[in-house]
Amino acid sequence: MISHSAIWVYLSASPLFGLTLTLLCYLLAVKIYERGRYNPLLNPVALSIVFIIGILLSADIAYPAYFAGAQFIHFLLGPATVALAIPLYYQLGKLKTVWLPLTVALIIGISVSGISAYYIAQWLGASEQTMLSMIPKSVTAPIAMGISEKTGGLPTLTAVFVVITGVLGAALGTWLLKRFKIEDEAVKGVAMGVTAHGLGTARAFQISPQMGAFAGLAMALAASISAFILPLALTFIRG
Amino acid sequence: MSFLTVITLLLVYQLIGELIVLEWTLPIPGPVIGMLLLLATLLIKKPLAAQMQASTQQILSHLSLLFIPAGVGVMVHLPRLQQEWLAITLALLISTVFGLLITAWIMLLMMKLFKERI
Repeated sequence: MISHSAIWVYLSASPLFGLTLTLLCYLLAVKIYERGRYNPLLNPVALSIVFIIGILLSADIAYPAYFAGAQFIHFLLGPATVALAIPLYYQLGKLKTVWLPLTVALIIGISVSGISAYYIAQWLGASEQTMLSMIPKSVTAPIAMGISEKTGGLPTLTAVFVVITGVLGAALGTWLLKRFKIEDEAVKGVAMGVTAHGLGTARAFQISPQMGAFAGLAMALAASISAFILPLALTFIRG
Repeated sequence: MSFLTVITLLLVYQLIGELIVLEWTLPIPGPVIGMLLLLATLLIKKPLAAQMQASTQQILSHLSLLFIPAGVGVMVHLPRLQQEWLAITLALLISTVFGLLITAWIMLLMMKLFKERI
């Protein structure tokens, strides 16, 4: 008979564990979110992350061992980004009329998010590495990590800030914009995509395909230009 | 179009995007280039969009799941987060609120401005 500890050693070394754990926690978190009548505080991504970290810490499994399995999910971010071309295609008519306001809003929005985070962190006494890692936090993860590396931040810390920002933006965004009486679906989508990248886009798709398409477009454009804008903004604020 | 065909097509576009980024050392992620190339293809070959719609909708409806593995990376930085949690939480929260509102307001303002001019 195989001992329990032998089974545990097998499981914690096999990629199957990280993969299955992620899917199970996500399905459970979505159920809780639905039961909680879509309360923003029960954001399924935030809940899943808390569940998974709790399980990994109590089972004494290190992050790299978990990621060996979870990377199969992480990998799908690439093809999912390519897939955004389809909803975008259906919104091209509307895009033609708003591309200039969109581009201006995008450049200002991405700079304001990064720079305000930098100054607030500085004001509250955060370390310099934390401040620098915050600058690209509204940009989608792979490009944000690249920017962080170039500007003196910690890429993995930036990835964490990117996900937290995405969760915050997705959880608060629709509520906040409604509160301030912003009703245009395209405008709301752009604000969500610029500020909260893919997680904001995912949330926007739950509300309407139009909002989702604009969020996806804003996210993609932000990813394309922030690599030029954010390092420039940083040299500007640091004189 | 079957799900398998669609996912293969998406991967092909991503691959082309990654190769372009590699070749010209662009500061843009490969999937973003792949997305723009697919969009260009859809403009030339219009019926393709409808054929790919059902499967891509399936993928995009679970977009937020895909961010969980990176998010769990928080655990690697727990000591720093414990030390600087207040500064980090407030900086991320307030800047996200700023970002959302300022982006929306600037876009609305610009839309008004340009409507009057045209």
